[in-house]
This record gives sequence, structure tokens and C-alpha cells, in this order.
Amino acid sequence: MRRRLALEAASYRSRSFDKNEIVRKPPRDTRRDALSVAVTVGAYGVAFGAAGIAAGFSVLQTCLFSLLTFTGASQFAAVGVIAAGGGALSAVAAATMLGTRNALYGLQMAPLVRATGIKRIMAAHLTIDESTGVALAQTPRGTIAMRYGFWLTGAGVYLFWNLFTLLGALGAKALGTPAAWGLDAAVPAAFLGLLWPRLTTTRLRVVAGTSMVFALLVTPWLPAGVPIIASVLVAVVFGWKTP
Amino acid sequence: MEDTVTTSTAWLVLGATSVLCFAIKVLGYFIPEAWLAHPRLQRVNALVPISLLSALVMAEGLVDKTRVVIDHRVGGLLVALALLFAKAPFPVVVVSAAVTSALIYHLH
Repeated sequence: MRRRLALEAASYRSRSFDKNEIVRKPPRDTRRDALSVAVTVGAYGVAFGAAGIAAGFSVLQTCLFSLLTFTGASQFAAVGVIAAGGGALSAVAAATMLGTRNALYGLQMAPLVRATGIKRIMAAHLTIDESTGVALAQTPRGTIAMRYGFWLTGAGVYLFWNLFTLLGALGAKALGTPAAWGLDAAVPAAFLGLLWPRLTTTRLRVVAGTSMVFALLVTPWLPAGVPIIASVLVAVVFGWKTP
Repeated sequence: MEDTVTTSTAWLVLGATSVLCFAIKVLGYFIPEAWLAHPRLQRVNALVPISLLSALVMAEGLVDKTRVVIDHRVGGLLVALALLFAKAPFPVVVVSAAVTSALIYHLH
């Protein structure tokens, strides 16, 4: 194992990407990082499975979301807008806008992953918050650890996210009426849980608070689901000028 | 269970969301970096998830169709908020919110 890694390291040092980077540790710590993220985040899949059913999607459709869309916030947004009584266009628009950050992650991961053909497409599908985050967190451990972290986290989250989506969907289906089991409150609580760790600065908290007030203020005036999309205006206003 | 979505709409949302989100991911691996390097675009894009998730919390927790309402869900949401302040793990937050909301729903 170590010998193979040494060979890989040698071949990497000859390439242009991070050629001065020295592999300081074997990727055992990276594996621990990747797997703990994969299991923890994958478990959120239960909440998505339940949210899909609560919004009126079938078990099959809910599972296909996790297999094909595979980007948590977008999936939650799509079923969330539908659950709020919004139309298909609002649901797809909200999900797509939440997915745009994955393109920026792809830009960062492309030179690291250096894959071609089908492997490149697979890398793209696994490019989400967590795989990018773990990969970037491995920077001090070197390029190989970063690449390893990306693939292992991406594949691990994919496995657990889909497994737990199925469990959540089946569980919610068995429970019946969403309100009787509090599923209709679990969904906004899940959104709050997704939002919370992102609120790292006062400015971001102000953006979040403003978006919430704005969404409530425009609710009586716009069709259901549209206030969610309209809240992007708050992001545009705050992001327009350098803070 | 009263379905909030017709079968054809459900498939449309599923199909379009999956295709578009996948296309965006693939785009990141194939377009020149300069296209997305504009600082304003990056600043706005960094804030988009914050705004959308915030609005979703409100739309799901305090809204019924096009009306702002206070019902059993608010209790769950407040419990979730308190637990997040207390640094509780995500599953605890979600399950506690659900249990609180269900209790209020049945007691009401």
C-alpha cells in the first residue's frame, strides 16, 4: 500500500498540479474524515426521504431524486416548493439556483481530479459540498490525499445518502398523514439545520434574517413558491458591492 | 394522505431538476475558469444558498399556500432553533422538531 502510494506520489510530483506539494501522511486520516462525513451527511437522507413523501412524491420518485439529482439542498428545495403549494417551474428554478455552486466546486476540483471520459462525468456527479469540502480540507496533506478525500467522500455520501433516502421514504410512507407525525415541521427544521452551519459571520446572519423577512412580506402578494425564488434578490443586493 | 402534487408534475420536477443539476455539475468540469471568475458573480453566488434556505424555512414553517400562518409547525421550528443554538446534531434537531409539532397537532 505504502509502496504504491510512493509510486503515485512520484508520478504526481512530475505533473504540473501542486508539484511542490509533499505527501506528508498516508491518507488514513483522510479516510477517517471522508467516512465520518459520508455517514453523518448520508443520514440526512432520512429527512429528505420523508420530505419527498410529505410533498406527495412516490417512494420511487423520491429515491430517483437522490440517485440522479444528488445534491441535497437542491433536492430539499424541489420537494419543499411543491410541498408549499408552488408550481413545477418554481420548484425547478429554486433547485437549479441552489445547484449553481456545484459548478464553482467543479472548477476547483477539475485540476485535482484530472479525470477524463466517463470518470470525469462520475467526478462531476459526485461534486457536492461535502466531497469538495473534504478534498479542500486535505490541502496540508498533499494532492493525493485531496484526490482520495474527494472520491471517497463523494462515493460514500452517494451510498449512504441513497440508502437513507429509501429508509426515510419507506418510513414516511408507513406513517401516513405527515402532520400527525410532525413531518411537516421536520422539513423546515431540516432547512434550518442546513442553513445554520453556513451562518459563520454577522453579515451572513443579516442576509439570512433579511431573506426570511422578505420571504414572509411578499408571501401574500405572489403565487405559492415564488417568494422562495424571489429571495434570491436579497442575495443579489447584498452581493452586488464588495462588503 | 392528501397529495400536493399530480403524478405528471412530480415526474416533470424530478426530471428537470435532475437534468439541470447534473448539467451544472458537468459544466464546472468543462468551462474555462474565467467565465465564472467574475467577483460579483461569485459574491452573489455565495449568498444564494443562504437566501434560498432562509426563505424555504419560512415557506415551509410559517406559510400555508399564500398566507402567513402560525400553527403546530412553529412549535417544532422553535425547538429546532433552540437545539441548534445548543449545538445539537442534525438528526436530533429534525426529530425533536417533528415530535414537538406532532404533539401540538394532536393536543390542539
